Amino acid sequence: MKAFRADLHIHTCLSPCAELEMSPRGIIRTASEKEIDILGVCDHNSAENVSAMRDAARPFRISVLAGMEVTSQEEVHVLGLFDSLDSALGLQEIVYAHLPGENDEDAFGLQPVVNEQGEVLRFNEKLLIGATTLALEEVVSLIRSHGGLAIASHIDREGFSIIGQLGFIPDGLPLDALETSPAMPVETARQKFGSRLPLTPASDAHRLEEIGRASTSFWLVEGTVAEIRKALVRQDGRKVMNGEEA
Amino acid sequence: MKVKEIVDKFDFKVLTAPDRLDVEVSGGYASDLLSDVMANSRPGNIWITLQTHQNIIAVAKLRSLAAIVLVNNRTPDAETLKSAEAEHVPLLSTGDPAFKISGKLYVRLGLKD
Repeated sequence: MKAFRADLHIHTCLSPCAELEMSPRGIIRTASEKEIDILGVCDHNSAENVSAMRDAARPFRISVLAGMEVTSQEEVHVLGLFDSLDSALGLQEIVYAHLPGENDEDAFGLQPVVNEQGEVLRFNEKLLIGATTLALEEVVSLIRSHGGLAIASHIDREGFSIIGQLGFIPDGLPLDALETSPAMPVETARQKFGSRLPLTPASDAHRLEEIGRASTSFWLVEGTVAEIRKALVRQDGRKVMNGEEA
Repeated sequence: MKVKEIVDKFDFKVLTAPDRLDVEVSGGYASDLLSDVMANSRPGNIWITLQTHQNIIAVAKLRSLAAIVLVNNRTPDAETLKSAEAEHVPLLSTGDPAFKISGKLYVRLGLKD
């Protein structure tokens, strides 16, 4: 086993609010420079750029986790992270069926689906920035039933976070971890939120320079969701080592 | 002014706790961010929101709010209704959107903050 540095929450150019410089090769090159071993690709309500990200990562020693940042009807952001792209796309199908509206590029930004080289294959026309009609409990349950890890995004922020929107974390909600943003050191978060759930700092990068601004170190055999799942419950010697600022 | 009088005047639908309407209303608060309601509402406030998650009941209880008004005919899920009954929190519903019902309560009842 060895240490892996993970940034479990980054966006690509597919997210309307992300910069177009967030191309697969740009992201992988930057992550490599910042010595990131595991990247969670979590665009808003879509996993359509994961495949290109995996292609771009192939020459590098970076594991790309298939992910998505789902918006619940309460406007709570939740990450779903998967080993299997098919599982992520299975979730995506349900998310799309519950995601009303069409993107307005002038208002929200472009949503390019790209290939490994960053060439635009098509533009996603769904309102990815919008909220699904799925209740938070349904979102978490769908992520888990598709084999994913469910992590509440940036819980220290007021907007779009579980604590901001809902005041506190509902009892019995089967989350796997809580993400903290680069704005809050993990120790502060631990004192403030005092949760039994592990904290997994991540960057939520929308621009290249933000990648790795916060990260989580894991002790694992390999950079997979299955291994991270073990680390989050301290199973078989796997563990979360700390949250560290870049 | 009591919750009961407001219900009658504006024809709110009473979804839960009909036996808890004899409570004095101190004013109103309109917000959909529960952390904000926890920080800024006052005891006895009538709370206007479109949030239907069951956490709204815990927040109302925590802040000793007089009642919750769900706008736009929003229907809470079963867990929220169950929790409201168990905690004796009146859940009311109106077809009006938040701006309109807030305006009505503010002007016609003189309910302020």
